[in-house]
Amino acid sequence: MKADKKQPKEWTWFDHPQNIRRLRLGFYIVLVLLVLPDFFIHKHTLFSPIEGVPGFYALFGFIACVAIILISKVLGYVLKRPEDYYDR
Amino acid sequence: MTASFHPSMFFFAGALLLWLLPLLGRRILILLVPAAAFAVITQLDPGLSWGYQLLGFDLHLLRVDKLSKVFGYVFTLNAFACFLFALHLKSRYEHCAALAYIGASLGAIFAGDLISLYVFWEIMAVTSTFLVLARQTERAYGAAFRYVMVHIFGGLCLLAGILLQVNATGSVAFEGFSLQGLPTYLILIGFLVNAAAPPLSAWLSDAYPEATVTGGVIMTAYTTKTAVYTLIRGFAGWEILMVVGCSMAIYGIIWAILENDMRRILAYSIMNQVGFMICGIGIGTAMALNGAVAHAFAHIIYKALLWMSAGAVLYLTGKSKCTDLGGLYKTMPLTMIFGTIGALAISSFPFLSGYTTKPMIIEAGVHEGFFWVWMILEIASAGVFLHAGIKFPYFVFFAKDNGLRPGEPPKHMLLAMALLSFVCIFIGVYPQPLYDLLPFGAVEFHAYTFEHTLNQFQLLMFSALAFFLLLPLLKRTETISIDSDWIYRKGGRLFFAVADRCFNGLNSWADRLFVRYLPGQLAKFFEEPGGNVQKYGLKLLDEASGNEADRSECEAKIDRRSRSAGYPVGGGVLLSVLLLAVLSLLFFSVN
Repeated sequence: MKADKKQPKEWTWFDHPQNIRRLRLGFYIVLVLLVLPDFFIHKHTLFSPIEGVPGFYALFGFIACVAIILISKVLGYVLKRPEDYYDR
Repeated sequence: MTASFHPSMFFFAGALLLWLLPLLGRRILILLVPAAAFAVITQLDPGLSWGYQLLGFDLHLLRVDKLSKVFGYVFTLNAFACFLFALHLKSRYEHCAALAYIGASLGAIFAGDLISLYVFWEIMAVTSTFLVLARQTERAYGAAFRYVMVHIFGGLCLLAGILLQVNATGSVAFEGFSLQGLPTYLILIGFLVNAAAPPLSAWLSDAYPEATVTGGVIMTAYTTKTAVYTLIRGFAGWEILMVVGCSMAIYGIIWAILENDMRRILAYSIMNQVGFMICGIGIGTAMALNGAVAHAFAHIIYKALLWMSAGAVLYLTGKSKCTDLGGLYKTMPLTMIFGTIGALAISSFPFLSGYTTKPMIIEAGVHEGFFWVWMILEIASAGVFLHAGIKFPYFVFFAKDNGLRPGEPPKHMLLAMALLSFVCIFIGVYPQPLYDLLPFGAVEFHAYTFEHTLNQFQLLMFSALAFFLLLPLLKRTETISIDSDWIYRKGGRLFFAVADRCFNGLNSWADRLFVRYLPGQLAKFFEEPGGNVQKYGLKLLDEASGNEADRSECEAKIDRRSRSAGYPVGGGVLLSVLLLAVLSLLFFSVN
């Protein structure tokens, strides 16, 4: 049941810089398209009128993730240890 | 029908039968067992059966209601996929442990009282340990030891709680606990240990990544989700669980972001996801509990899928650190696609299973007006996409090419992943069959409103933006992160060192004093007790008078006398007369 010994077929689509550029452009277009409808629909709010601001969830997600990354970066200085930490 | 079959019976019977069958028979058996158990569960009628008597209590091994059935379905369904994934294994040992483990977890789900629950609870702890031991590495042995120790601690808390509860109420019933007191707190701690709630959470991220390729896949589903089931049944609406759940959701994310080992990232994301469920249990409304059950259902499936894709990578490359992996999409595109489906499902990406279940919990919190719960769970939702949704596939399948060209895993592994991917998409697109299974009333939740879907897409895609913009900060390092297991791993050593210093120090001091020094001195003294006393007196006398000149001569004389026992008789007589005088004085004065 082992995998074939013969050389498996290789996909290299992500190795080409122009593909990455296209991907990035597509990603930015998607981001803009996602926020655009917010300006035209009436949004329901749960707790506070701020939630009705166009792009609230986009901003929320972005800020939350930046905060999480920064906090874990700082915590990393305290918590990270070499891999053999427990073996010493 | 039919109380004549118990779902876990098939698994225990299979675990025994396994030892008699040849390889082909074993392969058929391990697929047949979960399928048969699934079929039996569909036919079970609500009620109690399989009763027995123990210690004067009427106990039942089989309690069927909608709650136990929905967990039974997903446990057996997942077991089928896991065994399909593990079909290549030739060892009886691992399959036997896995069958017994899954059987015990089904037993715990269907147990009708606290005592039966406890028995299956402990069988689960023991059998699952073998799935870690089967890795047969030094690290796995250490992790398995710590794993079983923590679970024994949790099990003992549970046992103590059950005994106190039975003593206080006279009943072994396992229903919602209303009384807050020591017995129920102990039971709660026992359950929470298995749910991997901090601070006793590190067993999960310690042991699961050290388990075998297939053992890891199997373990992810059962221990924590059995705990979720028991919490739903016993502790629905206990507000403390909202705090526990929220802290787990955040805790899991932060540690997952720090982590380098791909299976440890996934282990931390179990904590994060179970946090959502426990938070729902704490909210305690019908919608929140339905959400917790539905999320447990969806979670078991996509988490097994994620662990399968990580397991396939580990199986083929022998590596599990993000720093060693990367660029694997080139030769394992199918595994990459399945893994990404799992990663998007856990992030509750619309049209996948997480999206139709997790928001139920959040919306239930909103209905109750819990602002902080909503806030934290939304932050955690964004964070899930960060660590499990993007980080896992990105660093394993894309990122830096480390030159690994493993090819696709065996067909049965791909088939298992395809099956679970299908379930993820099915629940995501058409959740109604799952909603119909939910035990707490009809589901009034519509995931696919335009606004809600749009909000979710915004939240996720801008989380992705944050990931790619801050990618330099997320660079993987060859490190581990300290978790609460530090307390017993380093603390244990510290305790050992202190105890060693104290007690062995005391021991060697006593050895020097009582074994070597004192007996020697005493022996020397009692060689010549009389002579030694005289010599000591002489020394004191000489030191007092400052006249040390002829002491050695006197000592020699004393030695000679005591060796030949040549003391003058008069001295002896004088001493005995003095003694008699003192005695008579004492005697007469006292009377």
